[in-house]
Amino acid sequence: MAGQVQALRRRIRTVKSTKKIAKAQELVATSRIAKAQERVKASRPYSEAITKVLGALASNASVDNPLLVARERVQRAGVLLITSDRGLAGAYNANAIRASEQLIAALKSEGKEVALYVVGRKGTGYYRFRNREVAASWTGFSERPSFADAKNVGDALIEAFSAGSTADGTFGPENIAGVDELHIVSTEFKSLMTQSAQAKPLAPVQVEEQAEESAGLRPAYEFEPDADELLDALLPKYLNTRIYAALLDSAASESASRRRAMKSASDNADDLLKRYTREMNSARQAAITQEISEIVGGANALAAAGSDV
Amino acid sequence: MANQLHVEVVAVEEKVWAGEAEMLVARTTEGEIGVLPGHSPLLGLLKEPSQVRVKLAGGEQLTYDVAGGFLSIDANGVTVLAESATPATPESH
Repeated sequence: MAGQVQALRRRIRTVKSTKKIAKAQELVATSRIAKAQERVKASRPYSEAITKVLGALASNASVDNPLLVARERVQRAGVLLITSDRGLAGAYNANAIRASEQLIAALKSEGKEVALYVVGRKGTGYYRFRNREVAASWTGFSERPSFADAKNVGDALIEAFSAGSTADGTFGPENIAGVDELHIVSTEFKSLMTQSAQAKPLAPVQVEEQAEESAGLRPAYEFEPDADELLDALLPKYLNTRIYAALLDSAASESASRRRAMKSASDNADDLLKRYTREMNSARQAAITQEISEIVGGANALAAAGSDV
Repeated sequence: MANQLHVEVVAVEEKVWAGEAEMLVARTTEGEIGVLPGHSPLLGLLKEPSQVRVKLAGGEQLTYDVAGGFLSIDANGVTVLAESATPATPESH
Protein backbone atom coordinates (compact mmCIF):
# COMPACT_ATOMS: atom_id res chain seq x y z
CA MET A 1 0.00 0.00 0.00
CA ALA A 2 1.16 3.45 -0.81
CA GLY A 3 0.65 4.63 2.78
CA GLN A 4 2.99 2.01 4.13
CA VAL A 5 5.64 2.85 1.56
CA GLN A 6 5.37 6.50 2.56
CA ALA A 7 5.77 5.70 6.24
CA LEU A 8 8.79 3.53 5.59
CA ARG A 9 10.33 6.17 3.41
CA ARG A 10 9.96 8.65 6.23
CA ARG A 11 11.57 6.28 8.71
CA ILE A 12 14.48 5.65 6.40
CA ARG A 13 15.04 9.37 6.18
CA THR A 14 15.04 9.64 9.98
CA VAL A 15 17.44 6.76 10.43
CA LYS A 16 19.74 8.24 7.80
CA SER A 17 20.02 11.56 9.56
CA THR A 18 20.48 9.87 12.93
CA LYS A 19 23.23 7.82 11.40
CA LYS A 20 24.93 10.94 10.12
CA ILE A 21 24.92 12.43 13.61
CA ALA A 22 26.23 9.23 15.17
CA LYS A 23 28.93 8.92 12.55
CA ALA A 24 30.06 12.51 13.06
CA GLN A 25 30.13 12.05 16.83
CA GLU A 26 32.13 8.89 16.37
CA LEU A 27 34.73 10.67 14.26
CA VAL A 28 34.96 13.57 16.66
CA ALA A 29 35.34 11.23 19.61
CA THR A 30 38.05 9.30 17.79
CA SER A 31 40.15 12.39 17.30
CA ARG A 32 39.48 13.47 20.89
CA ILE A 33 40.77 10.18 22.26
CA ALA A 34 44.08 10.71 20.56
CA LYS A 35 44.27 14.25 21.88
CA ALA A 36 43.31 13.22 25.38
CA GLN A 37 45.91 10.49 25.38
CA GLU A 38 48.55 12.95 24.27
CA ARG A 39 47.64 15.20 27.17
CA VAL A 40 47.80 12.31 29.59
CA LYS A 41 51.25 11.55 28.26
CA ALA A 42 52.33 15.18 28.44
CA SER A 43 51.25 15.45 32.06
CA ARG A 44 53.18 12.38 33.10
CA PRO A 45 56.68 13.87 33.57
CA TYR A 46 55.35 16.35 36.11
CA SER A 47 53.36 13.82 38.09
CA GLU A 48 56.29 11.43 38.14
CA ALA A 49 58.66 14.15 39.28
CA ILE A 50 56.36 15.45 41.98
CA THR A 51 55.74 11.94 43.29
CA LYS A 52 59.46 11.40 43.50
CA VAL A 53 60.05 14.71 45.25
CA LEU A 54 57.23 14.04 47.66
CA GLY A 55 58.65 10.64 48.48
CA ALA A 56 62.04 12.17 49.21
CA LEU A 57 60.45 14.88 51.27
CA ALA A 58 58.16 12.65 53.30
CA SER A 59 61.05 10.53 54.44
CA ASN A 60 62.80 13.69 55.67
CA ALA A 61 60.02 15.82 57.09
CA SER A 62 58.00 15.13 60.17
CA VAL A 63 54.79 13.53 59.04
CA ASP A 64 52.31 15.52 61.06
CA ASN A 65 51.07 17.55 58.15
CA PRO A 66 47.27 17.57 58.29
CA LEU A 67 47.09 16.39 54.71
CA LEU A 68 49.11 13.29 55.56
CA VAL A 69 47.70 12.12 58.87
CA ALA A 70 44.63 9.92 58.99
CA ARG A 71 42.02 11.43 61.30
CA GLU A 72 41.09 9.41 64.33
CA ARG A 73 37.42 10.21 63.98
CA VAL A 74 36.06 10.42 60.50
CA GLN A 75 32.68 12.04 60.64
CA ARG A 76 32.30 13.26 57.10
CA ALA A 77 33.91 11.91 54.01
CA GLY A 78 34.12 13.83 50.77
CA VAL A 79 33.54 12.09 47.48
CA LEU A 80 34.60 13.68 44.22
CA LEU A 81 32.76 12.18 41.27
CA ILE A 82 33.93 12.84 37.74
CA THR A 83 31.33 12.56 35.00
CA SER A 84 30.93 14.07 31.57
CA ASP A 85 29.10 17.19 30.47
CA ARG A 86 27.45 15.62 27.46
CA GLY A 87 25.63 12.37 27.11
CA LEU A 88 25.76 9.93 24.18
CA ALA A 89 28.69 8.23 25.82
CA GLY A 90 27.24 4.80 26.41
CA ALA A 91 27.48 3.57 29.96
CA TYR A 92 30.27 5.98 30.88
CA ASN A 93 28.27 8.14 33.28
CA ALA A 94 26.11 5.31 34.55
CA ASN A 95 29.22 3.37 35.52
CA ALA A 96 30.88 6.32 37.22
CA ILE A 97 27.71 7.12 39.16
CA ARG A 98 27.28 3.49 40.13
CA ALA A 99 30.86 3.37 41.45
CA SER A 100 30.25 6.50 43.49
CA GLU A 101 26.96 5.12 44.84
CA GLN A 102 28.76 1.99 45.94
CA LEU A 103 31.44 4.04 47.64
CA ILE A 104 28.84 6.22 49.35
CA ALA A 105 26.97 3.16 50.57
CA ALA A 106 30.19 1.70 51.93
CA LEU A 107 31.09 4.96 53.69
CA LYS A 108 27.62 5.26 55.17
CA SER A 109 27.74 1.72 56.49
CA GLU A 110 30.90 2.77 58.34
CA GLY A 111 28.83 5.49 59.99
CA LYS A 112 30.27 8.39 57.99
CA GLU A 113 28.38 11.23 56.45
CA VAL A 114 29.10 11.92 52.85
CA ALA A 115 29.70 15.24 51.15
CA LEU A 116 29.43 15.03 47.40
CA TYR A 117 31.53 16.98 44.96
CA VAL A 118 30.63 16.52 41.34
CA VAL A 119 32.41 17.37 38.11
CA GLY A 120 30.34 17.29 34.95
CA ARG A 121 26.78 18.13 34.03
CA LYS A 122 25.59 14.54 33.92
CA GLY A 123 26.54 13.75 37.49
CA THR A 124 25.20 17.06 38.74
CA GLY A 125 21.93 16.42 36.97
CA TYR A 126 21.67 12.94 38.40
CA TYR A 127 21.90 14.13 41.97
CA ARG A 128 19.84 17.24 41.49
CA PHE A 129 17.04 15.19 39.96
CA ARG A 130 17.04 13.00 43.05
CA ASN A 131 17.10 16.00 45.35
CA ARG A 132 20.34 14.95 46.94
CA GLU A 133 22.64 17.52 48.27
CA VAL A 134 25.79 18.28 46.33
CA ALA A 135 28.41 20.20 48.26
CA ALA A 136 29.91 21.70 45.12
CA SER A 137 29.92 21.04 41.43
CA TRP A 138 31.95 22.11 38.46
CA THR A 139 30.89 21.83 34.84
CA GLY A 140 32.00 22.78 31.39
CA PHE A 141 35.40 21.18 31.02
CA SER A 142 34.89 17.44 31.11
CA GLU A 143 36.21 16.90 27.60
CA ARG A 144 39.15 19.25 27.79
CA PRO A 145 40.16 19.71 31.40
CA SER A 146 42.97 22.16 32.02
CA PHE A 147 45.14 22.31 35.08
CA ALA A 148 43.38 25.49 36.13
CA ASP A 149 40.14 23.50 36.30
CA ALA A 150 41.79 20.82 38.39
CA LYS A 151 43.19 23.51 40.66
CA ASN A 152 39.74 25.03 41.20
CA VAL A 153 38.38 21.67 42.22
CA GLY A 154 41.43 20.80 44.29
CA ASP A 155 41.52 24.08 46.18
CA ALA A 156 37.89 23.69 47.23
CA LEU A 157 38.49 20.12 48.35
CA ILE A 158 41.62 20.98 50.27
CA GLU A 159 39.79 23.82 51.98
CA ALA A 160 37.03 21.44 53.07
CA PHE A 161 39.57 18.90 54.19
CA SER A 162 41.55 21.42 56.21
CA ALA A 163 38.37 22.80 57.77
CA GLY A 164 37.44 19.32 58.96
CA SER A 165 40.77 18.99 60.68
CA THR A 166 40.52 22.13 62.82
CA ALA A 167 37.18 21.10 64.32
CA ASP A 168 38.89 18.27 66.12
CA GLY A 169 36.19 15.69 66.62
CA THR A 170 33.72 17.95 68.40
CA PHE A 171 32.27 19.88 65.52
CA GLY A 172 28.62 19.80 64.71
CA PRO A 173 27.78 18.60 61.24
CA GLU A 174 26.23 21.90 60.13
CA ASN A 175 28.94 23.93 61.72
CA ILE A 176 31.60 23.49 59.09
CA ALA A 177 31.25 21.85 55.76
CA GLY A 178 34.58 20.20 56.30
CA VAL A 179 35.50 16.63 55.59
CA ASP A 180 37.94 14.25 57.22
CA GLU A 181 38.82 12.19 54.24
CA LEU A 182 38.55 12.50 50.50
CA HIS A 183 37.84 9.97 47.82
CA ILE A 184 37.84 10.35 44.09
CA VAL A 185 35.70 8.39 41.65
CA SER A 186 37.02 8.57 38.14
CA THR A 187 37.11 6.43 35.05
CA GLU A 188 40.40 4.84 34.29
CA PHE A 189 41.38 4.57 30.67
CA LYS A 190 42.77 1.07 30.33
CA SER A 191 42.52 0.71 26.60
CA LEU A 192 40.29 1.79 23.75
CA MET A 193 37.93 -1.02 24.61
CA THR A 194 38.14 -1.02 28.39
CA GLN A 195 37.53 1.82 30.78
CA SER A 196 36.56 1.20 34.35
CA ALA A 197 35.13 3.51 36.96
CA GLN A 198 37.10 3.35 40.15
CA ALA A 199 37.05 4.86 43.59
CA LYS A 200 40.38 5.82 45.10
CA PRO A 201 41.33 7.53 48.34
CA LEU A 202 42.69 11.03 47.73
CA ALA A 203 43.36 12.41 51.18
CA PRO A 204 44.91 11.85 53.62
CA VAL A 205 47.72 11.41 51.16
CA GLN A 206 49.42 8.09 51.20
CA VAL A 207 53.01 8.66 50.34
CA GLU A 208 55.18 5.80 49.43
CA GLU A 209 58.38 6.73 51.17
CA GLN A 210 61.08 6.03 48.72
CA ALA A 211 61.94 2.39 48.83
CA GLU A 212 65.61 1.57 48.67
CA GLU A 213 66.59 2.47 45.17
CA SER A 214 68.97 0.40 43.17
CA ALA A 215 71.70 2.83 44.13
CA GLY A 216 71.05 1.98 47.77
CA LEU A 217 71.44 5.31 49.50
CA ARG A 218 68.88 8.05 49.44
CA PRO A 219 70.39 11.36 48.49
CA ALA A 220 70.76 13.61 51.51
CA TYR A 221 68.69 16.53 50.36
CA GLU A 222 69.08 20.07 51.50
CA PHE A 223 65.85 21.98 51.80
CA GLU A 224 65.00 25.55 51.00
CA PRO A 225 62.99 26.50 53.08
CA ASP A 226 62.89 23.67 55.60
CA ALA A 227 61.30 20.33 54.89
CA ASP A 228 58.04 20.87 56.75
CA GLU A 229 57.35 24.14 55.04
CA LEU A 230 58.15 22.61 51.70
CA LEU A 231 55.77 19.76 52.41
CA ASP A 232 53.03 22.26 53.25
CA ALA A 233 53.51 23.90 49.89
CA LEU A 234 53.95 20.72 47.95
CA LEU A 235 51.09 18.55 49.18
CA PRO A 236 48.27 20.72 47.80
CA LYS A 237 50.07 20.78 44.47
CA TYR A 238 50.37 17.03 44.60
CA LEU A 239 46.64 16.66 45.25
CA ASN A 240 45.85 19.02 42.38
CA THR A 241 48.07 16.94 40.16
CA ARG A 242 46.23 13.79 41.19
CA ILE A 243 42.90 15.45 40.40
CA TYR A 244 44.23 16.74 37.10
CA ALA A 245 45.42 13.25 36.16
CA ALA A 246 42.02 11.82 37.08
CA LEU A 247 40.28 14.47 34.97
CA LEU A 248 42.49 13.74 31.97
CA ASP A 249 42.05 10.02 32.32
CA SER A 250 38.30 10.43 32.60
CA ALA A 251 38.25 12.69 29.56
CA ALA A 252 40.03 10.02 27.53
CA SER A 253 37.60 7.41 28.84
CA GLU A 254 34.65 9.60 28.02
CA SER A 255 35.74 9.96 24.42
CA ALA A 256 36.47 6.26 24.13
CA SER A 257 33.05 5.41 25.54
CA ARG A 258 31.39 7.86 23.22
CA ARG A 259 33.23 6.52 20.23
CA ARG A 260 32.14 2.99 21.03
CA ALA A 261 28.54 4.00 21.69
CA MET A 262 28.40 6.02 18.49
CA LYS A 263 30.01 3.25 16.51
CA SER A 264 27.36 0.77 17.57
CA ALA A 265 24.69 3.39 16.97
CA SER A 266 25.82 3.97 13.40
CA ASP A 267 26.23 0.22 12.83
CA ASN A 268 22.74 -0.27 14.13
CA ALA A 269 21.49 2.48 11.86
CA ASP A 270 23.03 0.61 8.94
CA ASP A 271 21.15 -2.53 9.89
CA LEU A 272 17.90 -0.63 10.26
CA LEU A 273 18.40 1.07 6.93
CA LYS A 274 18.91 -2.26 5.24
CA ARG A 275 15.80 -3.71 6.86
CA TYR A 276 13.58 -0.76 6.14
CA THR A 277 14.78 -0.53 2.56
CA ARG A 278 13.88 -4.19 2.05
CA GLU A 279 10.52 -3.73 3.71
CA MET A 280 9.85 -0.69 1.62
CA ASN A 281 10.79 -2.45 -1.58
CA SER A 282 8.61 -5.41 -0.83
CA ALA A 283 5.73 -3.16 0.18
CA ARG A 284 6.10 -1.27 -3.07
CA GLN A 285 6.31 -4.52 -4.98
CA ALA A 286 3.22 -5.80 -3.17
CA ALA A 287 1.34 -2.64 -3.99
CA ILE A 288 2.26 -2.90 -7.68
CA THR A 289 1.36 -6.58 -7.77
CA GLN A 290 -1.94 -5.83 -6.13
CA GLU A 291 -2.70 -3.05 -8.57
CA ILE A 292 -1.88 -5.28 -11.52
CA SER A 293 -4.02 -8.08 -10.22
CA GLU A 294 -6.81 -5.61 -9.60
CA ILE A 295 -6.56 -4.33 -13.15
CA VAL A 296 -6.32 -7.82 -14.60
CA GLY A 297 -9.18 -8.96 -12.39
CA GLY A 298 -11.20 -5.94 -13.44
CA ALA A 299 -10.42 -6.47 -17.11
CA ASN A 300 -11.30 -10.14 -16.84
CA ALA A 301 -14.53 -9.29 -15.10
CA LEU A 302 -15.37 -6.75 -17.82
CA ALA A 303 -14.45 -9.23 -20.53
CA ALA A 304 -16.53 -11.91 -18.84
CA ALA A 305 -19.43 -9.47 -18.46
CA GLY A 306 -19.08 -8.40 -22.13
CA SER A 307 -19.11 -11.99 -23.43
CA ASP A 308 -22.11 -12.78 -21.33
CA VAL A 309 -24.22 -10.01 -22.77
CA MET B 1 81.36 13.99 36.83
CA ALA B 2 79.91 15.25 33.68
CA ASN B 3 80.50 18.95 33.25
CA GLN B 4 77.09 19.36 31.75
CA LEU B 5 74.01 19.83 33.82
CA HIS B 6 70.92 17.91 32.85
CA VAL B 7 67.97 20.26 33.17
CA GLU B 8 64.30 19.52 32.88
CA VAL B 9 61.66 22.20 33.03
CA VAL B 10 58.35 20.47 33.60
CA ALA B 11 54.97 22.14 33.74
CA VAL B 12 51.87 20.30 34.80
CA GLU B 13 50.39 20.10 31.35
CA GLU B 14 53.58 19.33 29.47
CA LYS B 15 57.32 19.02 29.60
CA VAL B 16 58.56 22.45 28.61
CA TRP B 17 62.21 21.89 28.02
CA ALA B 18 64.83 19.25 28.66
CA GLY B 19 68.45 19.21 27.78
CA GLU B 20 72.04 19.84 28.81
CA ALA B 21 73.05 23.19 30.16
CA GLU B 22 76.01 24.81 31.88
CA MET B 23 74.15 26.45 34.68
CA LEU B 24 70.72 27.08 36.01
CA VAL B 25 69.74 30.15 37.99
CA ALA B 26 66.55 30.30 39.99
CA ARG B 27 65.17 32.19 42.94
CA THR B 28 63.90 30.21 45.89
CA THR B 29 62.07 31.67 48.84
CA GLU B 30 65.44 31.96 50.57
CA GLY B 31 67.29 33.67 47.78
CA GLU B 32 68.83 33.31 44.39
CA ILE B 33 70.57 30.05 43.68
CA GLY B 34 72.88 29.12 40.87
CA VAL B 35 73.19 25.45 40.08
CA LEU B 36 76.30 24.06 38.45
CA PRO B 37 76.97 20.45 37.50
CA GLY B 38 77.55 18.28 40.55
CA HIS B 39 75.45 20.35 42.92
CA SER B 40 74.45 18.56 46.09
CA PRO B 41 70.84 17.30 46.28
CA LEU B 42 68.39 20.05 47.11
CA LEU B 43 64.69 20.67 47.17
CA GLY B 44 63.61 24.27 46.93
CA LEU B 45 60.39 26.19 46.74
CA LEU B 46 60.61 28.87 44.10
CA LYS B 47 59.63 32.43 44.81
CA GLU B 48 56.29 33.48 43.45
CA PRO B 49 56.38 34.61 40.70
CA SER B 50 59.89 34.08 39.53
CA GLN B 51 62.09 33.40 36.58
CA VAL B 52 64.32 30.47 35.91
CA ARG B 53 67.32 31.03 33.69
CA VAL B 54 69.03 28.19 31.93
CA LYS B 55 72.47 28.97 30.56
CA LEU B 56 73.38 26.82 27.62
CA ALA B 57 76.86 25.78 26.52
CA GLY B 58 76.98 28.17 23.58
CA GLY B 59 76.40 31.19 25.81
CA GLU B 60 72.72 31.23 24.99
CA GLN B 61 70.24 31.69 27.75
CA LEU B 62 66.71 30.46 28.13
CA THR B 63 64.41 32.25 30.51
CA TYR B 64 61.12 30.96 31.81
CA ASP B 65 58.43 32.68 33.82
CA VAL B 66 57.47 30.17 36.44
CA ALA B 67 54.43 30.05 38.69
CA GLY B 68 53.94 27.61 41.52
CA GLY B 69 57.40 26.23 41.05
CA PHE B 70 59.71 23.78 42.74
CA LEU B 71 63.29 22.95 42.22
CA SER B 72 64.65 19.48 42.71
CA ILE B 73 68.32 18.72 42.38
CA ASP B 74 69.58 15.18 42.55
CA ALA B 75 72.38 13.11 41.07
CA ASN B 76 70.65 13.05 37.69
CA GLY B 77 70.36 16.79 37.35
CA VAL B 78 67.92 19.57 38.00
CA THR B 79 64.19 19.39 37.63
CA VAL B 80 62.08 22.53 37.74
CA LEU B 81 58.49 21.64 38.52
CA ALA B 82 55.95 24.33 37.86
CA GLU B 83 52.24 24.79 37.61
CA SER B 84 53.00 26.85 34.58
CA ALA B 85 56.23 27.71 32.83
CA THR B 86 56.27 29.96 29.82
CA PRO B 87 59.26 31.25 27.90
CA ALA B 88 59.87 34.83 28.89
CA THR B 89 60.40 37.45 26.25
CA PRO B 90 64.16 38.03 25.90
CA GLU B 91 64.17 41.63 27.11
CA SER B 92 61.93 41.17 30.14
CA HIS B 93 64.60 40.19 32.67
